[in-house]
Amino acid sequence: MAFENQVDIDLPVHDVRSEAIKQFETQGFPSKRDEAWKYTSLNSILKHDYSVFPKRENHIDYNDIKKYFIHDIDTYKIVFIDGKYSSHLSETTHDGIDVCLMSSALTKPKYRLIIENYFNKVATKDSLSSLNTAFSQEGAYIHIPKNKLVAKPIQIVHFSTGNEAALLLQPRNLIVVDENSHVQIIERHQSLTENPVLTNSVTEIYANKRAIVDYYKIQNDNENASLIDSTFVNQKQESVASVHTFSFGGKLTRNNLNFYQNGERVDSTMKGITIIGNKQHVDHNTLVHHIEPNCESHQDYKGIFGDSSTGVFNGKVLVDREAQKTNAFQANNNILLSDKATINTKPQLEIFADDVKCSHGCTIGQLDETAMFYLRSRGVPEKEAKALLMFAFSNNVMSSVKIPEIKQRITKIIATKLGVNIGFDL
Amino acid sequence: MLKINNLHASVEDKAILRGINLEVKAGEVHAIMGPNGSGKSTLASVIAGKEEYEVTEGEILLENVNIDEMAPEERAHKGIFLSFQYPVEIPGVSVTNFMKTAINETRKANGLPDMPANEMLKLIREKSEMLEIDRKFLSRSLNEGFSGGEKKRNEIFQMAMLEPKLAILDETDSGLDIDALRIVANGVNKLRSRDNAVIVITHYQRLLDHIVPDFVHVLFEGRIVKSGGKELAHELEEKGYDWIKEEVNA
Repeated sequence: MAFENQVDIDLPVHDVRSEAIKQFETQGFPSKRDEAWKYTSLNSILKHDYSVFPKRENHIDYNDIKKYFIHDIDTYKIVFIDGKYSSHLSETTHDGIDVCLMSSALTKPKYRLIIENYFNKVATKDSLSSLNTAFSQEGAYIHIPKNKLVAKPIQIVHFSTGNEAALLLQPRNLIVVDENSHVQIIERHQSLTENPVLTNSVTEIYANKRAIVDYYKIQNDNENASLIDSTFVNQKQESVASVHTFSFGGKLTRNNLNFYQNGERVDSTMKGITIIGNKQHVDHNTLVHHIEPNCESHQDYKGIFGDSSTGVFNGKVLVDREAQKTNAFQANNNILLSDKATINTKPQLEIFADDVKCSHGCTIGQLDETAMFYLRSRGVPEKEAKALLMFAFSNNVMSSVKIPEIKQRITKIIATKLGVNIGFDL
Repeated sequence: MLKINNLHASVEDKAILRGINLEVKAGEVHAIMGPNGSGKSTLASVIAGKEEYEVTEGEILLENVNIDEMAPEERAHKGIFLSFQYPVEIPGVSVTNFMKTAINETRKANGLPDMPANEMLKLIREKSEMLEIDRKFLSRSLNEGFSGGEKKRNEIFQMAMLEPKLAILDETDSGLDIDALRIVANGVNKLRSRDNAVIVITHYQRLLDHIVPDFVHVLFEGRIVKSGGKELAHELEEKGYDWIKEEVNA
């Protein structure tokens, strides 16, 4: 564990990294003994001998991977192949806003102030985030100065090519959106191989005063790839931030999504659709920390689990004593399609203020038989009827997606996954 | 068209239909009446193929073909339509899109290509005008937030779109005000022809003033205990079901 010496010893980030290494060494990988990891075991994915730094750079053609982009609209793109920046696939900018690389942000003096103020400030010191902080080499750096409405969405895409037997990727993203600005970001991790890949990703998002940030995570990787995705959102007053997580792929996916409301009249939205089968595992671990008064949070997670798949939802809502007039809503609805599928759902509300509205509800059920009969009696075959009901079930989450192309893409992914062609875009 | 012979059906080992015999010929309208719990809705669901019901004896023939083993969608493809007493809400799927799927799946099953988009639009326009349905209504999610009357009108709109051979209307009149009842009944009457048939399940005479039946059957404890012409419905409206129960028990 002496990488830190070769990396950036003269930079301010060096001390942060050294501290993070100590944190990780003290804690080690989380195990099922940790309450937050009770239902998710990392054993099966930690058994591989991962290579941390790929030996050579790999090239891929845009046409081969075009389908993994939202390509029917104009976007900025920050693309990585096996953890290395791919300039020919990317479209970055410094024109009024910075959409570029973490490695440059960490080394170039002109970004120093932002890095000092924001880098590793909202991310927690848990072991996996610390591991990322210690060793991450690359990721997206996005800084939107105040009063900018970024017209094009930004796509952050990580590809792995399989030229390494087993690859560990640790992308690190920093997104700072200043006063009154608005940005939309789409993130995707895609393995192009059957080799095992483990991604330990950390994203810090800062939504400053009255900023609007919409973040979409498309998780549809192949079933040899695993993802631990930790996202930390710090919101200042009157900011509006949303994270939608669409989990369809992967062997094991763990989403740690944490919102901190550091200002009044903040609005936070966390929504997700999970549709998995086989032996896939998706774990949503969410936290919204209401620190200031008059804020809202909306959580809505829908899960559909087939075969022997397992799902976990652990949603914590923490309302500080000062956070009066909080309005916190949480829903987690699940459908089990098979006797062998499992969902563990656990809402956790810790409320220290007395004038708040907090609601939560979780349900676990099967597809409604009467609804199935209704659709089938109109001539819609069983498989297509099931698909329509799953779309209907996920509709609350889809309806708040603001980019139509994402909606279409998600619909298409779901339809492909279910093996149906229902003949129209929802 | 439809021939039901000695049909017995049960749900969770509870016998509900206990020997139904019924023949419906093309061009006819049959009304099925009867007290609550007599098995009217069960009969409708069994004909349409609801899988929770088990047919323990007897048979259902549609155009001389036994349909007992057919899935609900196969029965739909062969021309059976059931208008639900309680239509189900399907958020995120518009009425129009749902109809496109239903029509094209039916066409596919019958070896026809998808209906061209312009033809589909024309059909939607014609049928929605016939049922006095606002076009905006058709882009709303299927049944979601619809009033009781809107749901029923939407059922008949779907029936008009699908042009079934055998339409079963399960308490289509419940939840309808007088105007909506007239519109729905007119819609059904316009769809009547020599080649199709309608079974109307109802508690009340008032729908039968608009959709005039050729035959009226009284269902009681899972059997048809009395059949007659349209005047039987008037008699039931006047006298209730007690006299029938007495006749049966005597």
